[in-house]
Amino acid sequence: MDVDLNIARFNPDAEGKSPYRQEFNIEVNETDTVLDGLIKIREEVDGTLALRCSCRSAICGSCAMRVNGQAVLACNTKITDLVSNKNKSINVEPIGNMKIIKDLIVEFDTHWEKIKAIDPWIKTDSSPPEAEYIASNESMVELAGVMGCIQCGACVSDCTVLAVDETFLGPAALAKAYRFIADPRDEANSQRLKDLNEPSGIWDCTRCMQCVEVCPKGVDPMGRIMKLRDFAMEAGFKNTNGARHAEVFSEIIRNNGVLNEFWLPVKTFGMFNIPEMLKLAPIGLKMVMRGKMPPIFYEKIPGYKNITKLFEKTKVL
Amino acid sequence: MFDFDVIVMGAGLAGMRAALAASQNGSKVAVITKVYPVRSHSNAAQGGINAALTDRGDNWEDHAFDTIKGSDYLADQDAVEVMAKEAGSEVINMEHMGAAFNRDDQGRLGVRAFGGQREARTFFVADFTGQALLHVLHEQVLNSGVKVFEEWFVTSLIMQEGRCNGVVAMDMRTGELHVMRAKAVIIASGGVGRVFEPSTNALICTGDGIALGYRAGAGIMDMEMVQYHPTTLKNNGALMSEAARGEGAHLLNSEGERFMERYAPNMMELASRDVVSRSEQTEINEGRGIDGCVLLDARHLGEKLINERLSQIRQLGIDFAGKDMVTDPVPIRPGMHYIMGGIKTDIDGQTSIPGLYGAGETACVSVHGGNRLGANSLLDTLVFGRRSGEHASEWVKNQTSASVDDSYSKTDREAIQNLLNRDKGEMFGQIRLNLGQTMNKHLAVYRDQNGMEQAKSDLIELKNRYSNVIVHDKNLIFNTNLIFTLELGFMLDCAETIILGALERKESRGAHTRTDMPDRDDKNWLKHIVVSQINGEPKVDYVPVNITKWQPQERKY
Repeated sequence: MDVDLNIARFNPDAEGKSPYRQEFNIEVNETDTVLDGLIKIREEVDGTLALRCSCRSAICGSCAMRVNGQAVLACNTKITDLVSNKNKSINVEPIGNMKIIKDLIVEFDTHWEKIKAIDPWIKTDSSPPEAEYIASNESMVELAGVMGCIQCGACVSDCTVLAVDETFLGPAALAKAYRFIADPRDEANSQRLKDLNEPSGIWDCTRCMQCVEVCPKGVDPMGRIMKLRDFAMEAGFKNTNGARHAEVFSEIIRNNGVLNEFWLPVKTFGMFNIPEMLKLAPIGLKMVMRGKMPPIFYEKIPGYKNITKLFEKTKVL
Repeated sequence: MFDFDVIVMGAGLAGMRAALAASQNGSKVAVITKVYPVRSHSNAAQGGINAALTDRGDNWEDHAFDTIKGSDYLADQDAVEVMAKEAGSEVINMEHMGAAFNRDDQGRLGVRAFGGQREARTFFVADFTGQALLHVLHEQVLNSGVKVFEEWFVTSLIMQEGRCNGVVAMDMRTGELHVMRAKAVIIASGGVGRVFEPSTNALICTGDGIALGYRAGAGIMDMEMVQYHPTTLKNNGALMSEAARGEGAHLLNSEGERFMERYAPNMMELASRDVVSRSEQTEINEGRGIDGCVLLDARHLGEKLINERLSQIRQLGIDFAGKDMVTDPVPIRPGMHYIMGGIKTDIDGQTSIPGLYGAGETACVSVHGGNRLGANSLLDTLVFGRRSGEHASEWVKNQTSASVDDSYSKTDREAIQNLLNRDKGEMFGQIRLNLGQTMNKHLAVYRDQNGMEQAKSDLIELKNRYSNVIVHDKNLIFNTNLIFTLELGFMLDCAETIILGALERKESRGAHTRTDMPDRDDKNWLKHIVVSQINGEPKVDYVPVNITKWQPQERKY
């Protein structure tokens, strides 16, 4: 069968240096992946096509790119899954949120800087035992789940927070941070959680699920970030908007059985936090003008006491 | 010009272990790697790492014997002893660094069975042990004073009066060549998989280090010993870990028979790799295969165990062969996987060239001899990576820096410019493919004189074609087209050492099995074959095998 690979290209040496599109019509086999197609192009058609790839088995993390708009590993994305009788075109672009060097190759520098920023090595105060550390298999299987991360950058590419705030540590670095905090051998949890509690850390994730969706290794970065939030609050780091938001959210539901959207931001920031209240004022005004202002006084839902009981039984917050 | 005490080429397990050891010993160390360290091919090791831990009733001598028997008695026994004795501390060291090894019920390190060994002594992290160790070692490098040159490509070794004084390397981001002076260079750049097509190896495994050593005059040993892994996936040739058989999976032929019963009645599917691959190939050749494959059957292991311990290869089977090992047998065949040979080193990584060291798959100590046991390669990288780093950092303390300046990159710069200026000729792609095909046809599981002669004459033709190779991309920034073309030059040199070594060995031993000379001949061939390049011409020498206490016996599994 034949397929059209429509590739986003960029030649850093060219006059004007503007990205352009190029479509290649190639013959492929039924089992071929997008990577097989790209390799065929650079070996048989156009040697100038630049991309990173190595293992072809989804373990080295080199070939993350956007295929039809979503970050994937080209080496485990089958062409037949993307085309039909009607549509034989596949759109290939470099991954997002990183600067393009050439064609499908991007600068990973910011990614590695963020990985380094979380002190990605095990920290212990005491000297290690003579033999191995004793640990449960469950704890190690849990760690192996997150250590299955291959640093391909797919989650970083499609992270919706990074798209608007490049200072955010991002899903890969935070998942890596979780790996140390969940490690029973690491002894620096308190400092790690304190650092992650800062702006650009765990509270800046918007829980859009995009990283979970695109991760080719099932690492579940967002799930790890949520666990880090729990760990941080359990460790007493509650003085952040994020932590207060979670607590206030919970408190309102517990007491009313329903969320009160007026009090949520007010209580999160604190009613007497004048600067924050002033920041909220224009939004409030706009909401009033458009008739979207939530009521100040909510009715508790009937049977709200059962909700309160549920909270007591499950002992959350 | 850059200046270091020790330069390590390659950032896989051997390279990073060497760099850490040298750095901890006080040397100023740089690692030069053509990919980001965590992209290195150590990633691909799935099953585990061997060590005989005395505190659980195993002993190093048993591990050493299994390794030597596995090698078909070609391994140097002094080197194997070192590896087996130091295995435990390397594994524990990795555990202390943070590797998430599987545990037993008491919370201690768990083991699984692996091929060619009488004891279960393979420690593992699910079925991605190599990746788990690589990332942990990289964490340690990030926390050390080691300077890592990421996406830099070594083009040549700087040689002066028979001594190695550094490397010339290209910053791939700019295409610029740099002279990098060092008192010692450790080559740990992995194997030669891409010389064969197909291969389980990553696209970066192009034998750069072995070829650089060869060109500099170092001895290249045991290159005829090419391991075909028994379980590589139909279609794309991806590796299906030996861990599957270690956990109890069976091999079946087209008649549904566990055919290993006829070849290795005691060890069955867990005989050593050369034995299993030969058995599979015989089944296929005699018409009991299915479409060039036999079947790996793990259905009886159950979904829970498969998910916990073999999840990665389950996914590979689904993705690339359309078979879920929980419900279906998976079609597999022998596929090129590993080179036992490499740059000849001693047990401290020293080559025949002062200032040049080798470690890992690039090197030949020789601990694998004619056939490497599964899960001994990770061990090899760590033990001899560390020893090379330690020795080099001690050695450089008594060395003064050579007089080297920026002019040492001139030859490479001109050669690259000439290559880029050439307009008429063919691209690297077809030459590489033809090389891989001829190697896979004539230097595979079964070999004979005619086939190997054919490969030799094919290689001459391929080299001629390569002398007219062209590079489409004329732009220096991240010119992968240029890099692949330079790599192909390395591959052709490696192929030469493999073919010459194989033609030289007139017997069958380990992975080198000749249909025209099917027997092992200890009287004449219990020796290593060393190929080196003298004045541009290959020369063959012999080196005796070091035997400490295990005399060669008949090899049965």
